[in-house]
Amino acid sequence: MLHKLFTFHGGVRPDSRKSDSTQAPIAALPLPAELVVPLHQSIGGTPRPLVRVGDRVLKGERIGAAEGAVSAAVHAPTSGIVKAIEPRTMPHPSGLPASCVVIETDGEERWIEREPVPWKSMKGDELRDFLRDTGIVGLGGATFPSHIKLRPGAKPTHTLVLNGAECEPFITCDDLLMRERAGEIIRGAGIMAQMLAVERVLIGVEDNKPDAIAAMRAAAGDGIEVVAIPTLYPAGGEKQLLRVLTGVEVPAGRRPLDFGLQCFNVGTAYRVARAIDQAEPLISRVVTVAGNVDRPGNFEVLIGTPIDALLAAGRPRPDTDRVLMGGPMMGFALPSTAAPVVKATNCVLAGSPSLLPPPPPEMACIRCGTCAAHCPADLQPFELYWFGRSHNFGKAQEYHLFDCIECGCCSYVCPSHIPLVDYFRFTKGEIWAREREKAAADLARERFEARNERQEREKREKAERLAAKAEATRKKLATTEPTGEAAAASPAEEAKKALIAAALERAKQQKSSVKPRNTDNLPADKQAEIDQIEARRAGAEGRTVEPPETP
Amino acid sequence: MSHSPYLRDSRSVRQIMLHVLAALLPGIAAYVWQFGAGILLQLLLASLTAVAAEAAMLKLRGKPIGLYLGDLSAIVTAWLIALSLPPIGPWWMIVVATLCAIVVAKHLYGGLGQNPFNPAMVAFCVMIVAFPSLMSQWPAAGLDLSQQLDLILGGSRPLDAITAATPLDALRTGLRTGGADARVAEIVQGPAFGLIGGSGWEWVAAGFALGGIHLLWQRIISWHLPAAFLLTMALTALLLWGMHPERFASPLLHLASGGTLLAAFFIVTDPVSGATTPKGKLVFAGGAAFIAYMIRSFGNYPDGIAFAVLLMNICVPLIDMYTQPAVFGHKRRSS
Amino acid sequence: MIEALLVMAGIALALGAVLGFAAVRFKVQGDPLVDKIDAILPQTQCGQCGFPGCRPYANAIADGEADINQCPPGGDEGVRKLADLLGREYKPLNEEHGVEKPKAVAMIDEQTCIGCTLCIQACPVDAIVGAAKQMHTVVEAECTGCELCVAPCPVDCITMEPLPETVQSWKWKYPTIPIGKAA
Repeated sequence: MLHKLFTFHGGVRPDSRKSDSTQAPIAALPLPAELVVPLHQSIGGTPRPLVRVGDRVLKGERIGAAEGAVSAAVHAPTSGIVKAIEPRTMPHPSGLPASCVVIETDGEERWIEREPVPWKSMKGDELRDFLRDTGIVGLGGATFPSHIKLRPGAKPTHTLVLNGAECEPFITCDDLLMRERAGEIIRGAGIMAQMLAVERVLIGVEDNKPDAIAAMRAAAGDGIEVVAIPTLYPAGGEKQLLRVLTGVEVPAGRRPLDFGLQCFNVGTAYRVARAIDQAEPLISRVVTVAGNVDRPGNFEVLIGTPIDALLAAGRPRPDTDRVLMGGPMMGFALPSTAAPVVKATNCVLAGSPSLLPPPPPEMACIRCGTCAAHCPADLQPFELYWFGRSHNFGKAQEYHLFDCIECGCCSYVCPSHIPLVDYFRFTKGEIWAREREKAAADLARERFEARNERQEREKREKAERLAAKAEATRKKLATTEPTGEAAAASPAEEAKKALIAAALERAKQQKSSVKPRNTDNLPADKQAEIDQIEARRAGAEGRTVEPPETP
Repeated sequence: MSHSPYLRDSRSVRQIMLHVLAALLPGIAAYVWQFGAGILLQLLLASLTAVAAEAAMLKLRGKPIGLYLGDLSAIVTAWLIALSLPPIGPWWMIVVATLCAIVVAKHLYGGLGQNPFNPAMVAFCVMIVAFPSLMSQWPAAGLDLSQQLDLILGGSRPLDAITAATPLDALRTGLRTGGADARVAEIVQGPAFGLIGGSGWEWVAAGFALGGIHLLWQRIISWHLPAAFLLTMALTALLLWGMHPERFASPLLHLASGGTLLAAFFIVTDPVSGATTPKGKLVFAGGAAFIAYMIRSFGNYPDGIAFAVLLMNICVPLIDMYTQPAVFGHKRRSS
Repeated sequence: MIEALLVMAGIALALGAVLGFAAVRFKVQGDPLVDKIDAILPQTQCGQCGFPGCRPYANAIADGEADINQCPPGGDEGVRKLADLLGREYKPLNEEHGVEKPKAVAMIDEQTCIGCTLCIQACPVDAIVGAAKQMHTVVEAECTGCELCVAPCPVDCITMEPLPETVQSWKWKYPTIPIGKAA
């Protein structure tokens, strides 16, 4: 049972503080009066709403359909009435609003009709579409739609890795899930293993979770190995875990699938099993409430539950000054606790000045290299910091900025207390924005050139048509009036004049026959305005025959 | 509002500098024991000057004085200068050297973290170029405190009876004056030499080594720098000594005399002006040791560590550029 | 004497061959400078620079007929990039050509639109769809915010709406923890 383990460079060992929230089993939360379900809860396209305000929805009913190649559906977490579809504050560091379906719960918890899915007899694409439509996304935090990751790659996939490392301090939702629901996790892993046709399944769990390891080992069957890995933050990073378990390093911009590997969070495996066996879409998840609270623990929370309501269940202490979503290493302070729990919410952490002290003043970088010594991506964070500070974005990319996983180890150890990760997030954002701008500019250039070409072509074709018509007219004139040198001097001009006259006549007829479609039934003042404009235009046309040129 | 990570567990710059200062203490104790307490006055003078200069420069540059004075980096620079200069130099010499380091080499380049050259070594080089004779007067054995204080505070000088050359200086002079007949083995029988290095200097070197081990143990410095420095010095010396034992001193003498150990653990390990990548550190410290040996053995100055370090400081950006470690996932194919 | 001449002639021939080969092998197509300038310009095609589009302006810059500070949509950063590329001195944006504005897109008030097609003709990137006597609308993703459609509209139904920040377009700000607020 001894599995050969590999190591990754660097890493840190913060106080894990996990025992606070592992004392009690996963608890249910009272049903809130209102659920706010954001439509956009996964990487990729924003689902299009399938319900309208006033509709009655049942628990598990699809309310948003996947839109685009990368997207996953969203569902009503309980039965009730759609009160609104409007922008609400998102659990996001920006605190900006996004479109949400607001459901007034009726307390009946009435389910849609469900029946188990005959997944063994289903084709791969069918099964993947089913997972997309049940809204299964990665629950480790990235919320990448799982059905896409379950499409076998060009090369055969040999190993499926389940991530139960859960390396962030305070967070224990995967720990409890593994302790209490190991059977369903293993079942989900089996389904995914079959979909990807892998040879073996490795489940990596940090060795500070002996209960979870024992429970998982008891449930695991043939071909599934539960591996205890050394506790070292960030062993739960996908790349770091794959490295530890298989020795393979997946660089930025490549997928594990390229190396015959695939990795899912244990929570995702659990959700896959629920979806297949109970036809239960992703409408709830386990969330840890910890930190500066009197009753830390794990709760089974409906998606859309206001974070306020969840936090209240943990009884925050009065000196709570911030609420984080996620752990203290990679989470973010919520601009508003009215924001809902989403599929990405693994932990709600109450902070206090003593628990999460404000950062000491930032001082000058002394290039001591401590950050580089702890970087799990083998980067030189202080070099990237200098590039970020000087807005030298090209150089930052050259030094592999995008291999940074923002784990926070560098900021954690910096003796000058420099918020290095903040600089990296800023630099990445700027680079992405520039790439978006570049793409927009390229599109604009393309369209501008296409338009110019079209105008040229139209001009040319018009000239040709004119020439042909003139030719025909001249021929006609020539046949009717074979002699007469004076008249032949300007047959072309004559023809042109005739043509213009004819065209004007046609235009006049057209104008009088066609009425604007969207100007019917206008109020009197609008009509007067339009009349005025028409008059002005008529005047203008009288002055110039040429259509306005594009400057 | 601050962003993640919300946890921090770091030694502050101040704590690091405190460790460095503490690590210097055994060497200073040995210094006092072997050469008298005059060095303590020099350390005090250097520290006061450094703090005053640092405060003044921070004020001029509009930086928070308390915060940056608290990082103690100026004191470290001051102590390194005091330990590099002759302990019986006149008081104004150490003041000028420290001002030069703090004002010119540090703050005019943008303060802590921005200086491309090691400030203490800049000060040393300026002094040895400007005051070569004062810089070669080292206390003879048995010089008591009052005589030292007299010399420092402006007494009459030079007195051949109470000043002496450093072992490396003595070696050089011996080889020069002896011409083709000079033999290293005979020269090192002289009073300036002790068991393995200079008389008394081996104890000071041992003290610095002890402090260096503390810094290594505390992971404040990485092993790359001292290892590369000492190994290169020893190997280069071994090579030339093996070829001409009568013209070149033994590797042990080179390791135990001059500032070799001070440099290995406290000077090339300055993170700001040194190379930062693991391979780059090897190149940087190795290069510094090689150049230092060459200046010692073939140049015009008795010890070349300061020049060697400054020369390697110039190369740091290049060294760092070419020794970037392979990034996760971009290494040679791993199975 | 003869040998020396032969050697020199040989060298000349060899070098000539190398140069000739290089000229053929590394021939540069078109004018790369204009392409490079054009790549920096924002492709708004607004004509605020005084040229009918970004490419003509790029040509004019390359020929030295136009200055580098005439492009308001490119903004200060654009001027800096151009200065960098061309090795010229940076100069602030020439206000005669307009000022830098946050990116906006045109919006047609569909209640007011009379379907005159004037804006469609004015749009340099064909981002407005509609037909004569049919109401028009702007394809937001393709609008460059050039404002060229605003003036021709006879009923003034086109407004420029600044693009709002969304969760997707939001960026992390430059870290601004004051250096040394407390000692």
